[in-house]
Amino acid sequence: MSVLVYASSTDGKFKKSAFEVVSYGKKVAEQLGTNIIALTINADEATELQNYGAETIVTVSNDQLSVFNAKSYASVIKQVAESKGANVVIIDSSIDGLYVSPLVAVALEAGYASNVVAAPSNTSPFTVKRKAFSNKGFNNTVINTENKVIGLAKNSYGVHESAASASVESFDATITESGVASTNIEKATGKVTIADADVVVSGGRGLKGPENWGMVEELADILGAATACSKPVSDLGWRPHSEHVGQTGKPVASNLYIAIGISGAIQHLAGVNASKVKVVINTDPEAPFFKAADYGIVGDAFDVVPQLISKLKEFKAQNS
Amino acid sequence: MKILVCISHVPDTTSKINFTENDTKFDTNGVQFVINPYDEFVLTRAMWFKEKQGASVTVVNVGNATTEPTLRKALAIGADDAIRVNADATDGFSVAKEIAAVVNSGGYDLVLAGKESSDYNGQMVPGMIAGLTDFNFVNGCVGMEIDGTNATATREIDGGSETVSTSLPLVVGGQKGIVEESDLRIPNMRGIMMARKKPLNVIEPANSENTTSSQSFEKPAPKGAVKLVDADNVDELINLLHNEAKVI
Repeated sequence: MSVLVYASSTDGKFKKSAFEVVSYGKKVAEQLGTNIIALTINADEATELQNYGAETIVTVSNDQLSVFNAKSYASVIKQVAESKGANVVIIDSSIDGLYVSPLVAVALEAGYASNVVAAPSNTSPFTVKRKAFSNKGFNNTVINTENKVIGLAKNSYGVHESAASASVESFDATITESGVASTNIEKATGKVTIADADVVVSGGRGLKGPENWGMVEELADILGAATACSKPVSDLGWRPHSEHVGQTGKPVASNLYIAIGISGAIQHLAGVNASKVKVVINTDPEAPFFKAADYGIVGDAFDVVPQLISKLKEFKAQNS
Repeated sequence: MKILVCISHVPDTTSKINFTENDTKFDTNGVQFVINPYDEFVLTRAMWFKEKQGASVTVVNVGNATTEPTLRKALAIGADDAIRVNADATDGFSVAKEIAAVVNSGGYDLVLAGKESSDYNGQMVPGMIAGLTDFNFVNGCVGMEIDGTNATATREIDGGSETVSTSLPLVVGGQKGIVEESDLRIPNMRGIMMARKKPLNVIEPANSENTTSSQSFEKPAPKGAVKLVDADNVDELINLLHNEAKVI
């Protein structure tokens, strides 16, 4: 019995979510009185994971795994879980994590709880709290099977340092035929993605037109933030669909979400409610977003945002 | 081509979410149920395959009799027939097993499902069907074409998109982009009349054992009132975000 954490990497580098799942795995292993094994696939600096509690690090290096492939990756995770006798497998909620997890669950005949937001409240029966109803509720779910797969929601447990010195071993995985071949990857370079951003700055119809997005981008630049928009804005073609956040768009689970000129329709809130701190700037004091926000300014974005930009520049100059 | 579209029966997105029976059940009182929004996108895509390339489209739901109006709506949009597996859908894995049994006995080439349902947000049923049937699998799909048995699909990745080539039989977890929202079909009167005569077959479940069970529900903790900052005092906002919320 062990806990296996799959710590994903992109181009060999770990993202914050890898450290978060290892931190979480460490906690679950403690609760179960067992050890934690972290699995990496083609990562450059696997030993980084020992800073978050990994006791054993299993590294798989294989050119056939250089591009993510759900079926092949699921098979590797299964092989390592079986070879190490792990019966709890923890995976992040990135797009690729959500793609691979159900396949791992089937391969291990494991009950799978996704979108989990906290350490197990009980280990017998094994009970975890997960998000449901598009962030409008939580479900306490019992996993009944001996093997278990947990999908950890992004930015929910947090990164906790806990230094250990890990033993590192390489694992020679068998690569399975997958039937799905990557032919092209298009990625914006040099931009913070909504999925990875600690801060997201989002604009709505209150900004009146695409020509006014300069200040949104400038504010995002200062904060190292990703830019996003509401559904009407992407429907009107002011901003690309890839920036649409909300129930049918991208989910946001950032530390800080700044909504400018967004009234806060229930579908929008469902997609961004997982953010820790929400700031709303809107001319309409009755905008529903004020009920969901932590901080608000009732005012015209065209006055407030330029002020905010100049004051934040001063703040950053003093605090860096 | 035989297409199976998985339809989840979910509360309308504007529903108030409440729980009952000591927070163990979702309170359906006054709640309107609809086709899962993610499933609407793939259902419309299935209609295009049917109209442009020739395909039969079956819709399937795992649920009790209360989900039948939702299946009828899918028939009114243009599906040819419907299957309801007569079981309460309480565990994603067992739902996937029930649908995999339908896939295996029905000889489907393409299984389309929304990547998640807007109620339990499990994001697991499409992948599990693929795992159980050993079909190829594309998740988070935002565009696809099929030529003979070859398929090309685009899926969303963090910060961009990936194009993949694959082949039938195939399971696809789809989302907005596989068709655009403006393309979504709504039932017209003729469709609604025709749907009444289309077959809706109720089959008994294979009785797969639940791998997970719901113990209780919780609502998010009530949020404190918003702290309003004067529009002329953005310094105060920066101060609060730095010293109180500690996010900048």
